[in-house]
Amino acid sequence: MDFLQHPWHWSIAGTLIGLTVPLLYLIGNKPFGISSSFRHICAACIPSKAAFFDYDWKRESWNLYFVFGIFLGGIIASTVLANPEPFKIAASTHDQLSKLGVTQFSQIEPTDIFSFSGLLTIKGFILIVVGGFLVGFGTRYAGGCTSGHSITGISNFQVSSIVATVCFMAGGFFVTWFILPLIFKL
Amino acid sequence: MENIIIEEGKNNQTAGETFVSNLKYILVGVFFGIVFVKSEVVSWFRIQEMFRLDSFHMYGVIGTAVVVATISTVIIKFFKIKTLQGEDVVFSKSRFQKGNVIGGLLFGFGWALTGACPGPIYGLIGSGFPVFIVALASAVLGTFAYGVLKDKIPH
Repeated sequence: MDFLQHPWHWSIAGTLIGLTVPLLYLIGNKPFGISSSFRHICAACIPSKAAFFDYDWKRESWNLYFVFGIFLGGIIASTVLANPEPFKIAASTHDQLSKLGVTQFSQIEPTDIFSFSGLLTIKGFILIVVGGFLVGFGTRYAGGCTSGHSITGISNFQVSSIVATVCFMAGGFFVTWFILPLIFKL
Repeated sequence: MENIIIEEGKNNQTAGETFVSNLKYILVGVFFGIVFVKSEVVSWFRIQEMFRLDSFHMYGVIGTAVVVATISTVIIKFFKIKTLQGEDVVFSKSRFQKGNVIGGLLFGFGWALTGACPGPIYGLIGSGFPVFIVALASAVLGTFAYGVLKDKIPH
């Protein structure tokens, strides 16, 4: 059990995530992708006349079962398999984030920001609510996320997925280096 | 027209799924969620390390996943391996569109802010950070906004 509780090595995690792609293909002809779940939630829960949400979401409901499983997996990973040791972060990232004003480094999330009390601050609101909105809007506009484009799409040699992945990274670098410092000054 | 860029995650199985047959996707999700949280790719700090080039971890995870997925996909195509239901595996053909760039950049912005792509959002809700329910609601709203604006923005 011990080796399962410590943080897993990138080569193990990468292999297991990569194997999810053939697993889903072979157990049910499903291309691995997660962001579509947002669209199905819209189609199932929000009444709308938009053609984009007028489709048989029940036929796509495997994706909702899948993300419910991810939620359950999160519970198991953080209880039965919880890491007994404090979270470790690269020294340089720690220094840079401390200078920006992050104070909590003991868990996988900075709990001064990603908590309900943090949500009520301006930076918490921007990181959680604005960030979440951009994730939902951007993934659908781009036609997929890290799983659908960067892993499944590239493994299928799709040019659109390579372009999308480069743009994911470019957007992330831009916000990290140029926008986060401004947000943390608010 | 409607489904050209929405290939991701599409159910390509001809045979119908039932409640019971769908349960296997919960199991795959559980496995996947455990890997996500235990490898800490759900962590805002790990995403920050990635974008600050301070750690190889995220590059290692995504890079290995791409290599393993590519080899697996090539094997399935080459040997024409069939699904459990005996069907041919359907591979999506997504064409390049401007949305890949604009949407890709917007998702990149959101990725660096929340420190989570869609999968980790679900994993984080389960692993003791319930505030990510708000991020999920906001992401659903973002997708809804896209659906409403779809015909008015460049593709």
